[in-house]
Amino acid sequence: MTDTPLVELKNIEKRFGGVQAVDRVSVDLHAGEVVGILGHNGAGKSCLMKILSGAMPSDGGEIHVNGRSVQLANTRDARGYGIETIYQTLALADNLNAPANLFLGRELRTRWGTLDDDTMEAQAREVLHRLNPNFTNINDPVRTMSGGQRQVVAIARAIYFDAKILIMDEPTAALGPSETRMVADLTVQLRSEGIGIFLISHDMHDVFDLCDRIMVMKNGRCVGAYGINEVSKDDVLSLIIAGQLPEDWRPRNQPAL
Amino acid sequence: MDRDNGVLKLLRASEVNTRMIAMIAVLIAVWLGLDAMTGGIFLTARNLYNLAVQSSVVGIMATGMVLIIVARHIDLSVGSILGFTGMFIAWLQVDIFSLGASWNWPLTVLIGLLMGGLIGAWQGYLVAYQAIPAFVVTLGGLLMFRGGAYLVTNGRTVAPMDPTYQLLGGGINGSIGQIWSWVFGGLAILFVCLMIYRNRQSRLRHGFTTKPVLLELALLAVWVSMIVGFVLVMNAYTKPRSDIPRGIPVPVLILIVVVIVMSLVARVTPFGRYVFAMGGNPEAAELSGINVQKTTVIVFSIMGVLCGIAGVITTARLNAGANSMGMLSELSVIAAAVIGGTSLAGGVGTIAGAILGAVIMQSLENGMVLMGVSSALRQIVIGLVLIAAVWFDTLYKNRD
Repeated sequence: MTDTPLVELKNIEKRFGGVQAVDRVSVDLHAGEVVGILGHNGAGKSCLMKILSGAMPSDGGEIHVNGRSVQLANTRDARGYGIETIYQTLALADNLNAPANLFLGRELRTRWGTLDDDTMEAQAREVLHRLNPNFTNINDPVRTMSGGQRQVVAIARAIYFDAKILIMDEPTAALGPSETRMVADLTVQLRSEGIGIFLISHDMHDVFDLCDRIMVMKNGRCVGAYGINEVSKDDVLSLIIAGQLPEDWRPRNQPAL
Repeated sequence: MDRDNGVLKLLRASEVNTRMIAMIAVLIAVWLGLDAMTGGIFLTARNLYNLAVQSSVVGIMATGMVLIIVARHIDLSVGSILGFTGMFIAWLQVDIFSLGASWNWPLTVLIGLLMGGLIGAWQGYLVAYQAIPAFVVTLGGLLMFRGGAYLVTNGRTVAPMDPTYQLLGGGINGSIGQIWSWVFGGLAILFVCLMIYRNRQSRLRHGFTTKPVLLELALLAVWVSMIVGFVLVMNAYTKPRSDIPRGIPVPVLILIVVVIVMSLVARVTPFGRYVFAMGGNPEAAELSGINVQKTTVIVFSIMGVLCGIAGVITTARLNAGANSMGMLSELSVIAAAVIGGTSLAGGVGTIAGAILGAVIMQSLENGMVLMGVSSALRQIVIGLVLIAAVWFDTLYKNRD
């Protein structure tokens, strides 16, 4: 692990009218690390991640990528820094097929500037097969695909373009057990390849299986950031619900006095 | 899968849209029915020639309407933009620029198309950047540009147009003759061969499955017979009191060029892909880094330019500019797109389908005129056909 974090969010703020959706939240992420972002619905997690993915402008604070301050005006800017996002809604165009979705917004072109659909199909086949060997109907509209296949397309889109920083917003919320397993395995694999991952999840199992650290938000504030060994599931639930740790809390990985 | 018989398998392998086949079947049924009901007048070279010319104006605008509807918008102002740009062209050509000058008509055409594009861009700007629903913007445009068409000359009809310009309308001399029609047909066949070959080579290079060679040849044969048949029919209609074949009319030639260009735009350019992505899921398009607003403005601008082209053909054909040109044609254009399989929910539609839709619409209109059906009754029939087309679309989607 290097000293400079891949990403550093410093005092990020976001207001909607009078509501402070994100209130001076700071969090960082190193290469080869999974950081869980936890909290209730409406705690500001998705909002914070949207700011990092360039989908939403912030009202204050700074974003540093590899130690350098950056401006993320839109998702293209963020992608330029290797920040890729798997959205909770998957953000797929249902009427298009898998290769079209995979390359949406950065299509491969022929030397005349037209779409190189055949090369895109070939590359899509490769990356989709790696994620799911049973993926054959890639030329059908994604509307007709199963939840797992759609998720695979969304994941493939994020990792195909050499992501350095990956934001996963509830990647397993709509999946069955075997597909959830697949996403978990993939997360571990990507981490071992040195990709930094922000994981938004409600599933305590996933969080404790996959995350190195967690950051808990409540009402737009950061109410705690800990290494995964320092807290128990009950501690995390307490942070999410009450916004604080139990009275008698000590880091769990230190021996009792 | 068990229910698949040989024919269905063949269709699937040919990658021909089943819906397109259904539409061609409908068209053939309509043609045979009308031919029977008109006592054989409908399927004559003369009538098919006229049908082709009549379909070209609506067809040209329908190609643009496909992109508009695919992007989840609507354009109700196309008939009025046609009227306004056509009126403006006629006025410039007859009243303003020096009559008979060789630069006169090309310049007026250029200005007319530019004007259509600017009007479209303006409407697109209001839709994309000011977030006014396209229905409202273009409903306003429907009224405004119809008023504008009147104001250009205070309602006076302007005539006559430049003789060369008149050729664009497909009148007595407005066709390219026998020889050039065959040259055109030959080029079209070469183009089809080249496309099929390139497509196959590219798929082979990537190791994808290809269609059986026999099937490719069968598809090629269908294309060739359609092209040859078309040229034969256009050449079978002669000029008045002579045996001189007319050949392909200029407006139909313009339509064919527009169809090819628009099909390429829709299918092989990133822009076309973005339009479909926006129609499928606007939020996803935005998150994918597509500039949805800019794309919307371009879509409406293209629609405006196509209205300008339709205005040119209409004035050239009328040999005059009249402020009622294109009235109610927005309905035919939208109907053509919808009958041709463009889904009003957005994201789905083809240029070729819209042309088929335009021809089906125009065939009904043309056939009913031949049968002496009153215009009131014709409107009722066309209205019912539109409803039936959307009903069919709903059934088709539910089945999926």
